[in-house]
Amino acid sequence: MISAGAIDCDIHPSIPGITALLPYLPGHWSTMVQTRGMDDLNSMSYPANAPLTARTDWRPASGKPGGSLGQIQRECLDGFGTSIAICNCLYGVQLLFAEDMAVAFARAVNDWTRCELLDRDPRLRASIVIPIQSVERSVDEIERCATDPRFVQVLLLASGDQPLGKRVYWPIYAAAQRHGLPIGIHAGSSYHNPPTAVGWPTYYTEDYVAQAQAFQSQLTSLICEGVFNRYPDLKVVLLESGWTWLPAHLWRLTKYWRGLRMEIPWVDRSPADIVRSNVRLSLQPTDGPPDRVSMERIIEHMKSNELLLFSTDYPHWQFEGTNALPADLPASLMRQIMVDNPRATYARLLEPVA
Amino acid sequence: MSVQIRPTAAATSSSRLAVADCDIHPAVRAETDLDPWLSQRWRDHRTTFNAGRRIGMQAGPAYPKSQPNASRRDAQPPEGGRQGSSLSFMQIQHLDPNNVKLGILNPLGSGQGMSNPDLSAAICHATNEWQLAEWTGKDRRLKASVVVPYEDAAASAAEIRLWAGHPDFVQVLVLSRTAEPLGNRRYWPIYEAAAEANLPVAVHAFGYGGSPITSTGWPSHYIEEMTGHAQSSQAGLTSLVIEGVFERFPDLRMIMVEAGFAWAPSLMWRLDKAWKTLRAETPHLKLSPSEYIRRQVWWTTQPMEEPDPREHLLDTIGWIGWDRLLFATDYPHWDFDDPAHVLPLKISEAQRQQFLIGNAQAVYGMVA
Repeated sequence: MISAGAIDCDIHPSIPGITALLPYLPGHWSTMVQTRGMDDLNSMSYPANAPLTARTDWRPASGKPGGSLGQIQRECLDGFGTSIAICNCLYGVQLLFAEDMAVAFARAVNDWTRCELLDRDPRLRASIVIPIQSVERSVDEIERCATDPRFVQVLLLASGDQPLGKRVYWPIYAAAQRHGLPIGIHAGSSYHNPPTAVGWPTYYTEDYVAQAQAFQSQLTSLICEGVFNRYPDLKVVLLESGWTWLPAHLWRLTKYWRGLRMEIPWVDRSPADIVRSNVRLSLQPTDGPPDRVSMERIIEHMKSNELLLFSTDYPHWQFEGTNALPADLPASLMRQIMVDNPRATYARLLEPVA
Repeated sequence: MSVQIRPTAAATSSSRLAVADCDIHPAVRAETDLDPWLSQRWRDHRTTFNAGRRIGMQAGPAYPKSQPNASRRDAQPPEGGRQGSSLSFMQIQHLDPNNVKLGILNPLGSGQGMSNPDLSAAICHATNEWQLAEWTGKDRRLKASVVVPYEDAAASAAEIRLWAGHPDFVQVLVLSRTAEPLGNRRYWPIYEAAAEANLPVAVHAFGYGGSPITSTGWPSHYIEEMTGHAQSSQAGLTSLVIEGVFERFPDLRMIMVEAGFAWAPSLMWRLDKAWKTLRAETPHLKLSPSEYIRRQVWWTTQPMEEPDPREHLLDTIGWIGWDRLLFATDYPHWDFDDPAHVLPLKISEAQRQQFLIGNAQAVYGMVA
């Protein structure tokens, strides 16, 4: 089922708790955590006990799902037999409001990841968590971590303060391109804006479904602002985004581009072409049609076999057992999705790490 | 887009078919056109204090449109006034040559979403009177929407009940960009009154609800806002399903207008998947999300998505259902879809007839 050399592009180790970060925080912030009685930075994007947040068989008797190296090795790396897995730590750094606090916690998360995970299992790689509250300090953090080839990507959330194509964020993209780091945009929000374009929903189900719309908005922004014209080698990876929405979104955006391109004259290729050269999407969740024929059709609508990257989304509950590959996915695509596409996307995976 | 005329075999064979246009935008010549139905108090208020609309500019859209009034450049009436304000010119330019047998009026800029709920209700009511006096009373092909001040559901329900049973009103109109998601129970009196009056509720893209058009703040460009209406409409539909509006009002029909439709299959698949995992949160839902949507939701077609190759759209329409799409032109707006060119695909004449008029006659309860 899983091809030899399969690369899992989206797994989620948990920071066991805020105290686990104390050794990695500078003195002032370590003191503040205790003096102010700070809570664990757990985002509402994944409520601790909600079924989607962790499969029942991946919930430990105590502690968090994916909360120790042993769990990750047993349940994820060995469980699926992957050769490499990319850790996307979803600790709530992006939700903070104070720049300085965000910088301290982003650094602590990255250092914790390096020491507790990357140094202890050669199959693991990680994304750089950045304090997006400050673009300048985000670039600093990219520069600091990029010297370690095991950091293979820069991690952002699908919803934040402003659309990600905005020029204010471009120094982040310049740094990422300079170091051969894709920008990974993961489901989730800073909750600095309502989670939908029409305000705060009532149910968590709505919030999770709305992530697909957040990705659609970000893709529109990145393309229309001209990020890929300015940074033609930049890869953007949409993580836990769902992907069956992509064709319809591109039909609409491309139609409007034909009608309104005078407004954004720098966009000199169709949005559909830009996506095929610069944007990738992780496999899970596959919000797929219920039958094989329709799945074949939606794959054809994607118009490229290079777009999808294998992911388990461990420990989130997207499928049962080891069925990380949707049953209706054409067998001919498997090796590309599991091996070739990730290797073509993450240049750093080809580099020696020792 | 709309102004590109590309003759095709399909176009020539369909160009004379009768159509129902489910999204026509009549405009006032001047704000004072509504004065006959506005009290002095609201005329004075509007003049003195303008009308706050949950955006910053005193007038005009948040993002400058691509053309004046977002309208076709050839839609300016010869006698003056803004595009869409002249019935006689609409007849000559659109209704007659395009063989429109049924035209659904969706007046925009009609007080909906205004910050002051009493002003909003007053202008909405005046707009409804104006539709009868100036449009449906003068051309029997045209049917009106009950324009409601949706942020005040009680006032909206009263307006719906006022017109219930009137043969010229065929639906209730709300805009997609509400202050809270559309399924929120603060809006339920609207759905209750609409179901009771046997009127579909049309959710037209646009409006201002106070939130940015994205979940991540305000974008820079008009193209992003236009594309974004598909996202805000998806959030509204998600809310209607998950809050249980369709469970509570099983006879309610909702029509998503001018937000595209090709996103619907993927949204249904995603809703079903999330619901299966998280259904403990929503025990009030007795069916899967897609079952509610298939039972109670329709879409107007403009702006038609244009895949390359165009045949991909046949899969999408198949997933949604050929009985669910209502043809619309969006006259007089710039992204007008021409009925002669809108569906350049090899389909049966029965399907084409259904798409262009049959589905609309069914949903609006009109005899063919």
